[in-house]
Amino acid sequence: MTFNPKKVAEYAAMAVIWLGLVLLFGMLSHNFLSARTFAALANRIPALVVISAGMTLVLIVGGIDLSVGSIMGLSGSVMGAAMMDYHLPLFVGILLGLAVGLVAGAINGSISVCFAIPSFIVTLGMLEVARGLAYLTTHSQTKYIGGAVEGLSGPIPGLGISPAFFISALVIVAGQVVLSRTVFGRYLIAIGANESAVRLAGINPKPAKIAVFTLLGFLSGVAGVFYTSRLGSSDPNAGVGLELSAIAAVVIGGTSLMGGRGSVVNTFFGVLIIATLEAGLAQVGASEPAKRVITGAVIVVAVLLDAWRRSSRISL
Amino acid sequence: MPGAPLLLQVTGLRKNYNVPVLRDVCFELRAGEVHALVGGNGAGKSTFARILCGLTERDGGEISFRGQPYLPATKREAERAGVVMVLQELNVIGALSVAENIFLNDLPQRGGFVRFAKLQEKARRALSHLGMEEIDPAQPAGRLGVGHQQLVEIAGALAKNCQLLILDEPTAALTVPEIERLFENIRRLQAEGVGIIYVSHRMEEIRQVANRVSVLRDGQLIATRAVDEVTAAELIREMAGHDLPERGKARERSHGPVALRVRNLRSGGRARQVSFDVRRGEILGLSGLIGSGRTETLRAVFGADAKEAGEVFVDETLVMIRAPSDAVRVGIGLIPEDRKQDALLLSQSVRVNTTLSALGGGWLNPRAETATAAQFTQRLQVRCHSLEQAVGELSGGNQQKVVIARWLARDCRILLFDEPTRGVDVAAKDAIHQLLRELAGDGKALVVVSSELTELMSLCDRILVMSAGQITGEFRPGDWTREKITDAAFRGYSS
Repeated sequence: MTFNPKKVAEYAAMAVIWLGLVLLFGMLSHNFLSARTFAALANRIPALVVISAGMTLVLIVGGIDLSVGSIMGLSGSVMGAAMMDYHLPLFVGILLGLAVGLVAGAINGSISVCFAIPSFIVTLGMLEVARGLAYLTTHSQTKYIGGAVEGLSGPIPGLGISPAFFISALVIVAGQVVLSRTVFGRYLIAIGANESAVRLAGINPKPAKIAVFTLLGFLSGVAGVFYTSRLGSSDPNAGVGLELSAIAAVVIGGTSLMGGRGSVVNTFFGVLIIATLEAGLAQVGASEPAKRVITGAVIVVAVLLDAWRRSSRISL
Repeated sequence: MPGAPLLLQVTGLRKNYNVPVLRDVCFELRAGEVHALVGGNGAGKSTFARILCGLTERDGGEISFRGQPYLPATKREAERAGVVMVLQELNVIGALSVAENIFLNDLPQRGGFVRFAKLQEKARRALSHLGMEEIDPAQPAGRLGVGHQQLVEIAGALAKNCQLLILDEPTAALTVPEIERLFENIRRLQAEGVGIIYVSHRMEEIRQVANRVSVLRDGQLIATRAVDEVTAAELIREMAGHDLPERGKARERSHGPVALRVRNLRSGGRARQVSFDVRRGEILGLSGLIGSGRTETLRAVFGADAKEAGEVFVDETLVMIRAPSDAVRVGIGLIPEDRKQDALLLSQSVRVNTTLSALGGGWLNPRAETATAAQFTQRLQVRCHSLEQAVGELSGGNQQKVVIARWLARDCRILLFDEPTRGVDVAAKDAIHQLLRELAGDGKALVVVSSELTELMSLCDRILVMSAGQITGEFRPGDWTREKITDAAFRGYSS
């Protein structure tokens, strides 16, 4: 395997921005720079990480998915109902949660691709449908599961970091490998760059597009399992508004909303930046409204910087 | 008419787009005259019309309109002066009412609110002026048939206090009774002293409606004649020009078996009943006027557009082509006219663009991919800094070579070229011609659509002429002349 120096430089740039943020909060607050802070950070982000990884691929083909938070809530709810109401074993509950996500994603992709409807609209519909189904399966109640479920998101003794974090990191690596080392990944970038040209190059773009939406649905299911395990209970309100955090993380990572360009690894840094910002602001005592104002501003500034960097490179 | 005052006088009009498209054109139009403008592809008709109605700037020359110097900077300014053009493509906004379409630029209003009653009234008057009382001005324009939409556009043009009306192929979408009505209206306008420039391929119509006819060829106004003193054959001879003596000699290439056989192809109303064969090692030219169905034929063979009927055989085997992927699988590649829109990933590298169709499945193999890209870009002499340079940064000729390289990398043996040298400079054009000859020499079967007769005559082993969706002529080196080909190109429009 060879490494592309340009790509490594981009990863490094994102890492430096994140480290800068960490140092900034380290200076502002005495107890920010501690192992505990980082462990807490790592254990909070897995759900957002896996969803953002899938969202990167969807944005690269020029689509968008607004239903990820609702699908996450639905799969957690199905998992909870399966285990508590039907007394199914844990692994069956997990499988059902994942299956629900996969099916919801496949529905998103198939409708949007086969009927040529913008994914924005289809997934906006799914956002409502999946959330509604989550309430129906749980009768709008949080179900305590406890015990076995929590192993996935509880810290590994002596390490302080949960298995879920390692799984999410694995998803990032796998996503990047798919994107930059497989023919499928090449097609995704090509579709985002010029779908009509891809079709006229003799490649049917539809299966690949349906596949990325299905994959993102599945990963939303994974996020639902993570979240349920972290809470020890299934919550039909899980993931409300998560789609916006995911899109923000992907965009901060430099993926184009217009498609054709992006990196899963940089999306990971995007998630880190958003999560660090939140944790840091909380620790320096910023109020909830102030946190939102600052996070919002950082998203816009990050995208502006990215746009400026690209335009100056092209004019060189 | 001959005694009528001069409405428009154009002297020495020039326009260059890298190459001259209008050279010292002199043209005059009298009040109440219908002056037809004819010419082959690229003769300069549209550029001439666009300059008159303020859509294109001229590079030199004088225009005077009603005795005043006339130099409109925008379409709006031209319309205010009384010059209105009705484009060949429909510009009707389907969701708006007929009345709104007619007066879109000039809605009667008070304080920003449209006065709909007055709008309806004005529209009803404009329509009855054209004898179209049966059209309800309140109905959405999209519900009208194509012919009526065209008439609504003309009504819109006339509503603008029009002194000079430019009609570009106005009858292309009209049925016979609608054409009759259009001609009645043209005669009424003539009587009112309006001057009309009538751009058309249809000789019979010109004979019916025009007073004089001017022939443009290669940006020059070759002749202006009174319609009743000239025959269609004479006009075609003028449009075709003289043959260069060295053109049209037989090629020494030997051809193999038939690689592609197309039978009774029909697609999208533009291509009807098209049949042809191409042999291995042969370059087949497809000539014809723009809109005659050449592009549609290529796209339908390739599966880019749906076929309503017809069969395609590759190496004498019937193949089902429903999508471009089916065509590529049997070894057919299309090099489309608009390569930026339909072929290239401009933001991606030369390597990615070259290998796109040849990747197979599973894992990418960077070393093999680079080797493939290097092999074919070198063979076609693509000039780029490196294989990693974005294709959008290359010149037009090199971009075109990248598209060709893609099909060679996929090992396509039948190549369909749509205007292969459009938008490339002269040197690159020669290089591409040389490349096409080499491809034929390697046993590929080539179909080349081009609007430049010179290009086809220097390149092809055989030229088919399309006219109004059908093949109206087949010529071989030695028996083709510009005149015969031009005549065939107009033949489909004469009935």
